[in-house]
Amino acid sequence: MSGLALNNVTKEFGTFTAVNNVALTVPHGTFVCMLGPSGCGKTTLLRMIAGLELPSAGTISLDGEDITQVPTHKRNLGMVFQSLALFPHLTVGENIAYPLRIRGAAKEDQVKRVADLLAMVHLGGYADRPVAKLSGGQRQRVAIARALAISPKLFLLDEPLSALDAQLREAMQVELRQLQQKLGITTIVVTHDQREAMTMADTVIVMKGGEIRQAAPPIEIYRRPADSFVADFIGSTNLIAAEADSAGRVSVLGQAVPGISLGSGMKTATLSVRPEDVHLTAPGDGALSGTVTFVRDLGGTIETFVDMSGQRIVAVSTPRARPQVTVGQPVGVVLQPDVCVVLAK
Amino acid sequence: MRREAPQRFGDYAPLFFPATMLIVFFVIPFATMIAVSFFQRQQGGFYVPAFEFSNYQRFLSLFFANVLGFSLMLAVAVAICCVLLAVPFTYLLTRMARKVQIVWLVALLSVLSLSEVIIGFAWSTLFSRTAGITNLLVMAGIMSEAKALLPSFGAVLTGMVYQAFPYTVLVLYPALVRLDPTLTEAARTLGASPIKAFFTVVVPALRNTITATLIMVFIFALGSYLLPQLLGRPQHWTLSVLITDQAIYQSNMPFAAAMAVFLVLVTLGLVGLTILAGRKGEAA
Repeated sequence: MSGLALNNVTKEFGTFTAVNNVALTVPHGTFVCMLGPSGCGKTTLLRMIAGLELPSAGTISLDGEDITQVPTHKRNLGMVFQSLALFPHLTVGENIAYPLRIRGAAKEDQVKRVADLLAMVHLGGYADRPVAKLSGGQRQRVAIARALAISPKLFLLDEPLSALDAQLREAMQVELRQLQQKLGITTIVVTHDQREAMTMADTVIVMKGGEIRQAAPPIEIYRRPADSFVADFIGSTNLIAAEADSAGRVSVLGQAVPGISLGSGMKTATLSVRPEDVHLTAPGDGALSGTVTFVRDLGGTIETFVDMSGQRIVAVSTPRARPQVTVGQPVGVVLQPDVCVVLAK
Repeated sequence: MRREAPQRFGDYAPLFFPATMLIVFFVIPFATMIAVSFFQRQQGGFYVPAFEFSNYQRFLSLFFANVLGFSLMLAVAVAICCVLLAVPFTYLLTRMARKVQIVWLVALLSVLSLSEVIIGFAWSTLFSRTAGITNLLVMAGIMSEAKALLPSFGAVLTGMVYQAFPYTVLVLYPALVRLDPTLTEAARTLGASPIKAFFTVVVPALRNTITATLIMVFIFALGSYLLPQLLGRPQHWTLSVLITDQAIYQSNMPFAAAMAVFLVLVTLGLVGLTILAGRKGEAA
């Protein structure tokens, strides 16, 4: 099989299980983002793929070949570290040529390849600069160019953009995605920034407690989260408890909501409704009743906090679509069945 | 951190005490020594103030050139051995768990508490025929009969490396601890085996530290006086031994002072050359 496969990989540090029985296949040429809170095992998983950690159990294979025991330097991969790990004693060009020099490439081939790579990351003419004289974004590009110097099968990045300021980070996300699409290289990025994952990934993997909670394309993760953790971690959401009576009629906070059905046999569940999917109307008539407790007008969007018998619902809209809402005003909240995701409790 | 330059005379106050100590205990004795090196020796007495170069002239002989040459060679050998041993050792030490590091560092520091005399006699016992390490080798069947390993150049070198090793580790330790461990990991992902990564990344990245350490151990070893006498033959005696001999046993202060001044000048010259060579390498 072409691509990367993790078969029931587990990593234990003493009594702590960092990665627990993870199975995953990454087809050739896809861009995968591993996302999760700190300590969820995403970096450990990446380091095992790189060979910097040995799995306690399970195997890793690349293009059908078992690489679990292959040492890092024989895996022919490219990796960008969170600290970038540029060699301080080498110039930009020497840094990028390092993997070529280690493999004994001819001097003129090294020079040519370095020039090509520098052009690719828009740093043409920087070959002779010391790395200490570069800005954050430039160092980032050098690290990427160095990792791609041998045209690796696998491109791994560990929180590559976390040191950059917000504006530069957004620009680099787009650039990294475009570069990956141009080269068609299998890429795995570890990040804790869900916006970054949504921008770049073909597949987003959400991890928690050493386990994969969901692996799916970004928009599916957003629209159809597998559980309440994923729903809450990716974007913001309203999680509302719902219950069904014996006839299958669903009620939320004691008020009936027509049109929604929980899974067969489910008595209670959690509904996940994205703030932009919550509609506010006049009170009464099929809508759940609530009171506005806070309004945040951010110019581009307006957030309305509604209190429904102690449960806070956030609704987001554009200011033009929702002009007259004031604190203390009674409103009706409409939960349309097609936007409610039913999650098991 | 940027600080303002001192504005008033009073701002220099914190320097008074160390400056005074330095003048009283270093500058004045050193100046006295330089002065004495030009004085005239009184046969059977002490010396009288004068200004002559005869002490330096006497030094310019093949015998003293050989001793100076040997002293410098010994110091260089000790410095190189110490750095060759200490760089990999310290590198591995910094990769160990914190607790293990502390145990090792305390053990090394305890070596510093040993006086040169104790180190010398300990090694002379270890290298002896009757109670030395060769007896263990005989017991292990590696050697047929025990023999004395001293006096010899190897014994002198071993003793001095042993003495200088803890200093070397303590000088290298902070730089190696601060070295980003992801540098070697990055080298490994880029195709370098762990050993290749060590030589292509760790050693070059620490070049300045290693040069500074070499100079420090070199100077430390140059002043060695006791170990060459305890563990070596007379041809292994360093200039420091001759200086002491002249000053204490021959009562020839001016000649001893001249040799000491000469030793300082040669040392400073060599250190200067090393730094200069390092700068050139940097520019290239």
